[in-house]
Amino acid sequence: MSALTTVSLSVGYTPARKPVRIIAEGLNLTVLAGEFVCLLGPNGAGKSTLLRTLAGMQAPLSGRVDIDGADLHALSANQRARKLAVVLTERVSPGLLTGWELVALGRHPHTGWMGGISDKDVQAVKRAVAAVGAEHLAPRVFIELSDGERQKLMIARALAQEPHVLLLDEPTAFLDAPRRAELMILLRQVARTANCAVLASTHDLQLAQRSADRLWLMDGTGGVISGTLDDPTLYDGLARAFSVPGLTYDPRTGTFQTQ
Amino acid sequence: MSVETLYTDSLSRAPAGFLFIRPIPLKFTALALGIVFLFALVLAWGSVSIPLGEVARILTTGESDKSSWVSIVMKVRLPKAITAILAGAALAVSGLVMQTFFRNPLAEPYILGISSGASLGVGLVVLAGGATSGLVIGVGLGGDFLLAAAASIGATFALGIVLIAARRVENSLTLLVLGVMFGSFTSSIVSLLMYFSAPERVQSFIQWTFGSFSTVTTAQLAPLAVGVIGGLILTGALAKSLNALLLGEEYARTMGLSVKRVRLLIVTGTALLAGTVTAFCGPVGFIGTAVPHLCRALFNTSDHRTLLPACGLMGACVGLGAALIAELPGSSAILPINAVTALIGAPVVMFVLMRQRQLHKAFGG
Repeated sequence: MSALTTVSLSVGYTPARKPVRIIAEGLNLTVLAGEFVCLLGPNGAGKSTLLRTLAGMQAPLSGRVDIDGADLHALSANQRARKLAVVLTERVSPGLLTGWELVALGRHPHTGWMGGISDKDVQAVKRAVAAVGAEHLAPRVFIELSDGERQKLMIARALAQEPHVLLLDEPTAFLDAPRRAELMILLRQVARTANCAVLASTHDLQLAQRSADRLWLMDGTGGVISGTLDDPTLYDGLARAFSVPGLTYDPRTGTFQTQ
Repeated sequence: MSVETLYTDSLSRAPAGFLFIRPIPLKFTALALGIVFLFALVLAWGSVSIPLGEVARILTTGESDKSSWVSIVMKVRLPKAITAILAGAALAVSGLVMQTFFRNPLAEPYILGISSGASLGVGLVVLAGGATSGLVIGVGLGGDFLLAAAASIGATFALGIVLIAARRVENSLTLLVLGVMFGSFTSSIVSLLMYFSAPERVQSFIQWTFGSFSTVTTAQLAPLAVGVIGGLILTGALAKSLNALLLGEEYARTMGLSVKRVRLLIVTGTALLAGTVTAFCGPVGFIGTAVPHLCRALFNTSDHRTLLPACGLMGACVGLGAALIAELPGSSAILPINAVTALIGAPVVMFVLMRQRQLHKAFGG
C-alpha cells in the first residue's frame, strides 16, 4: 500500500516580481507503508524543496501530493499532522524540557485544547521512545544530551504523532560515523515496526545505498530517478550526479576514484 | 502506566526523596499563601498602622472603632492591593508569553511597543495637549481619568500597528525589530515634547513614567480587572500552543499549529494585559522580565501549563511586595514602583540566575 504518492508534481519557488523557478517537474513518485527511501542528490539539487513540498510546508507549483489517497495540501494543519511527521535539520532549544516532555509534544495534533496527556497519549509516547531505543535518555533534560541522543528523541517525537509518513531532512548531518550508521539502521527498523513510510534526505551515499529499500536521486536536471542500485538508470545517474572533474564516483563501492 | 508515571519519570532528575511526590501543588500552595499574607500586610501597613484584627473587621462588616481607618482601608489600600495583584499577574504572564514567543530571555511585555504607544498618548496630553488651556496643569498624578484614557488610546494605537505587522510578516523576529523601532520612534517624539515643555509638565510626565499602584481609584478597578482577567483567560488558553512553540515555528507548524492565528492571539493577549496595566498604573517595569525567570527557576520546567499559573501567582506576590515597600511603612513618603521593583528585585533575580545556571538551558542550545 502506498502511503505517499505524487501525481505530476512540480516543485519550486514563485518569488515576488521574478519568474517562477522550477526545481523539478512531472514527478510521479511513491513511498510504500513500511518502506525506507533515501533521497540523494548533490548540494543545491533541490532535496529540501522537494521534502518541504511533500511535508506540506510549501505549496506545489502544480500537481498533487496524496497521503493515504487524500490531497495533502487540502488537509488542515492538524489533520496533516496526524498523518505526517517531520524531522528538520535545524537544531532546537526547547528550554528545560525532559526527553519525555519533548516526545510528548508530538501528541500535539491528538490532544485537546489544553494539551492534557491521556493514558492513550502516554502509551503512544512510550511506544515512540521504545521504537528508537531511548528509554534511558527520556528522563534526562533534552538539551544536556549529545547530538545523536537528541536526534533519537526528535525522531521519537515525530513517531509520537503516530504518522503514516515520516520525512527527515538530513537526519545524519550533525552525527559522527557510528551514530550515522546507527541512525540509518534505526530508520529502516522504524519503517518496519511502525509500518510507516520513511523518506530521508542524506549525503551519506554509501550508508543510504546499503540501508534504504529504494533510492531517489535528484541530479539537478529537473527530475527524480527512483530505483535500486540494480537499475542501470539509477546506477548511471548516481555515477553522473556525484562525479566531478578529476573524480569519478563508483556507486557499487560507494567510493571516489581519481581519473 | 499512567500520567503519574510519566510525571514521575520526568522528575527523576530531582533528588531521590522527591521521586514520588509531585512538588508542584506544594509550590502553588506556597505562592497562594504568600499572596494572602502580603495582601493582609498591604491593608494593615502604611503611613498609619492598622491592627490585622481591625482590618478583618472592616473588610467583613465595614465598621471600625476609628472611622478614618475604614476609609483608609476601603478607599485607599484595598484598591491599591487589588491593583497590585492584577498588575503583577498581568505583567508576569505577558512577560512569559513574550519570552517564549520570541525565544529571548530579555523579551518583556512592552517589547511590542505597547508602553511606547501609551507614553506617547500621555506625553501628548500632559506635555502638549494643555498648551492652550489650563486644563491639564492640575492633572499631576497618573490616577486621573484623562491620563488613563490617553494611555489607552496610545496603547491601542501601538497595538493596531503591531497587529497589522503581525498579519503581514512571516517571521516573529521581524516583529521584534519592528516593536523596538516603533519604541524608538515614539520615544523620540516624547523627547521632543519634553524638550519644548515647561518644567512642571515634564515633572508630571516623569511622575507617570515611574508607575504607581496607588493612583487607581475604586471606579477604575472594574475596567482594569476586566482587561486583565480577559487577557489572562486568553493567554491561559494558549498554553498548549506555547509549548509547541518551544520547538520553533517551523516544527510547531508540522505538529498542526496554525502559527499565524496563534501569533495574533498572543499579540492580542499581551497587548490587552500590558496595555490595560499601563493605562492605569503607568509603564511598570521589571516584573514582566524578572518573574518568568524566577518561576522557571522555582518550578524547573518550561511547560506552560505549569509556568502560566505560576507566573500569575508569583507576579501577584511581587506586585503586592512592591506596593508594600513603596509605602515605606511607618513613614508618609511613597516611593515610585519602578524604583522599588528593580532596586529590591534585580539583586534577587541576579542571585537566583547565578545559582541556578539554567538560563542558557532555557533559551540556548
